[in-house]
Amino acid sequence: MTEDAVDNNRRHFLTLATGAVGVAGIGLAAVPFLSSLKPSARAQALGAPVEVPLSTIEPGQMARVLWRGKLIFVLRRDEAMLARLADGIHQLRDPDSGVVEQQPEYAANDTRSVRPEYLVVEGSCTHLGCAPLEDFEVRPSEDWHGGFFCPCHGSKFDLAGRVHKGVPAPLNLRVPPYRFVRDDLILIGQDTGAA
Amino acid sequence: MHKLRIIPKLVLIGAIASMTQVHAAGGGGPLEEADIDPGNIPSLQRGAANFMNYCAGCHSAQYVRYTTIGKHLGLSEEQLIDNLMFNANKTFETINTAMPPEDAERWFGSVPPDMSLIARAKGADYLYSFLKGYYVEPGSPTGVNNLYLPGTSMPHVLWELQGYQAANYSEHSENGIVTRQFEGFEPLTAGVLDAEAYDGFVRDTVNFLAYIAEPIRSDRRTVGVWVLIFLTIFLVLAYMLKKEIWKDVK
Amino acid sequence: MARAKAEVGRPTGGLLRWIDDRFPLTKTLKYHVTEYYASKNFNIWYVFGVLSFVVLVIQIVTGIFLTMNYKPSAAEAFASVEYIMRDVEWGWLIRYMHSTGASFFFIVVYLHMFRAMLYGSYKKPRELVWVIGMLIFFVLMAEAFAGYLLPWGQMSYWGAQVIISLFGAIPVVGDGLVEFIKGDYSISDITLNRFFALHVIALPLLLIALVFVHIVALHEVGSSNPDGIEIKDHKGPDGVPLDGVAFHPYHTSKDLLYIVIFLMIFSAVVFFAPEMGGFFLEHANFEPANVRATPEHIAPVWYFTPYYAILRAVPDKLGGAMLMAVAVLLPLFLPWLDKARVRSIRYRGWMYKSALSLFVVSFIVLGWLGLQPSEGIYVLLARIFTLIYFLFFVLMPWYTSIDKTKPVPDRVVYNA
Repeated sequence: MTEDAVDNNRRHFLTLATGAVGVAGIGLAAVPFLSSLKPSARAQALGAPVEVPLSTIEPGQMARVLWRGKLIFVLRRDEAMLARLADGIHQLRDPDSGVVEQQPEYAANDTRSVRPEYLVVEGSCTHLGCAPLEDFEVRPSEDWHGGFFCPCHGSKFDLAGRVHKGVPAPLNLRVPPYRFVRDDLILIGQDTGAA
Repeated sequence: MHKLRIIPKLVLIGAIASMTQVHAAGGGGPLEEADIDPGNIPSLQRGAANFMNYCAGCHSAQYVRYTTIGKHLGLSEEQLIDNLMFNANKTFETINTAMPPEDAERWFGSVPPDMSLIARAKGADYLYSFLKGYYVEPGSPTGVNNLYLPGTSMPHVLWELQGYQAANYSEHSENGIVTRQFEGFEPLTAGVLDAEAYDGFVRDTVNFLAYIAEPIRSDRRTVGVWVLIFLTIFLVLAYMLKKEIWKDVK
Repeated sequence: MARAKAEVGRPTGGLLRWIDDRFPLTKTLKYHVTEYYASKNFNIWYVFGVLSFVVLVIQIVTGIFLTMNYKPSAAEAFASVEYIMRDVEWGWLIRYMHSTGASFFFIVVYLHMFRAMLYGSYKKPRELVWVIGMLIFFVLMAEAFAGYLLPWGQMSYWGAQVIISLFGAIPVVGDGLVEFIKGDYSISDITLNRFFALHVIALPLLLIALVFVHIVALHEVGSSNPDGIEIKDHKGPDGVPLDGVAFHPYHTSKDLLYIVIFLMIFSAVVFFAPEMGGFFLEHANFEPANVRATPEHIAPVWYFTPYYAILRAVPDKLGGAMLMAVAVLLPLFLPWLDKARVRSIRYRGWMYKSALSLFVVSFIVLGWLGLQPSEGIYVLLARIFTLIYFLFFVLMPWYTSIDKTKPVPDRVVYNA
């Protein structure tokens, strides 16, 4: 062992360089493996946008549809319901839809919808994902102006899917991307050229 | 120099491994070379149209999505819908045939096979030869037979394009045993396409079949080049490191 | 132990010390890595053990990811493989790595075994290393066979049909055994499902356990070397063998170089010739399993063909199956068949050198014959080379004991 002949700097550099390239290689090799876990072409095909005809939904009624296996509420609000939206505004945590991830830009308005009449929200409580129940009755004694109630942990939402203060759910119900194909037909999951 | 002795052995192993196995395909006559070009996008586009117009009525390609074809062949959604999607409504659907399998079995005696992987199972040359190998045989149910798949229940779908041809055989008698040898085809009626154009038509179609058998073929070659470039850099470093560290060993 | 007591509630000496007091981390690393000494004159033949390990890792990782999308049912298996190849992002790469890995596993394992025959690595005191290695080889064959059924193509189905039928050759219990293996009256969804369980759980667990034991046994006796002498016989004042160098950094840096070369060859196949001309992925396996039609040319995947040729060399079902089983088992007994006083081919006489060369030729020719139709001249050739294969082992006690050997040097031959 002749230590003198060894250039320790060179050795150190080569060890580091080889190690770095090796780690980079493992990192690059991990990309395809992790990418393979993303929704496949079939999952994407099955998760394609769904059309919902609106003619069968009476004013004041709600339809439940599935998009990408997720529950979607389509609520047709009548005049009275729309009028009540302002009544409970003092109860709400985020009345102005300030959290941008919870709705597309075109639904960040007073009614959280493209057209005031139709509310389209994901039927998934923002607390831990239970499906909220509809409770459109008005009970002034309870200061309840109609909305959604989550049976799991008691979170409450108003008729625009906006969350109340003092409940476990932190955010308003999410509005999926959607657009009106015709006056009586919406397409959930696609909004190019919409709003 | 013990290290060098391995090289001829590795070469030998490589040589053994590269003796390609012959595709299992029956019938008579040597296969004609398809001479397809997987990188020729216009050819693939023509082949896709050919397949949809002449094959997809009976043959499905159940693993192939229109969106995939559109992406690889540079076709827009509108082009897919207008030119290729006769049996489908949505671009993410796979290529299915409108013909129910029960009817197919009743009409042809067997369900026409799915085309997704036919080129990998049979080889492009076989498909090319097969589509050129129909000849008139009056006794058969379809009026034709095929040199490469005798007794096939598939009719000569492309007869309008190719026209009909006859197969010429020569007979050899040896020790009382008569053997028939295929000598060549002879055109009987003219088709819409001349011989050269028909060859091109079949070549494009087979090119498309080879493409759908492995749509990611060009992707893997592209990725492969980058992987090998990366490994070459790694090789240089690993070699220098090994040399450096082994300086200790006397 | 006194130190651990003193440190209760007051850790000093860092995390490593903390762990070392509770788990032999540094000790294990020293024993197996930084202070495991192997001969400095390893040549390229000594790399295939490490490469086998690399392929094992590739197979396990790609296998896990394939399992996430594969469906082990007769109705869905074939389609799920195509789903992986087309719809799953990068699924084609994972699948090709796995299918290519299967063939490379056998390439590196065969070369690894041949290394032991070249340099007498199986001889005393390394008999157990060899025997455990042979057990790994048997499990690997079962693993490969079970895995080949999973794509549910024509070759999967008919290959399994032929091999499982071999067990039917056993007198009395044969037919019952065949049904027992299949779990049905024919190869079916049930067979596929249990082969899946064997392929992804039972056999890999066994394989990993055996590989672990293989390495433990090796590190107990120490690695052999191309001169076939014990480096432990000449130690320096520090107790380190004079001809040995530490596994890390010397052998690791050398192995890394070879691993990169291996990965280049592996990648070349995966990206540019995943079918390898029909050897790694057989053409007929691109057609779904069809009970009504056997493919015209049915042959096992290339790594089984030498044994398949031996099977077909015998015109009797039971005889052929037994001869094949013996052919697979025979190498297990090499440590006791080889009577030579030297280990390495470098110091053996012409008899062993000729015998080993003939054996290699017969193995390769048998592998080729296994792909050919069983007719005419091929049958005769298969019989001749089967005979050579067996004579290599059967006559070994005789020719190795009378073979003239050369004097073995004291220290290993090494030119820096």
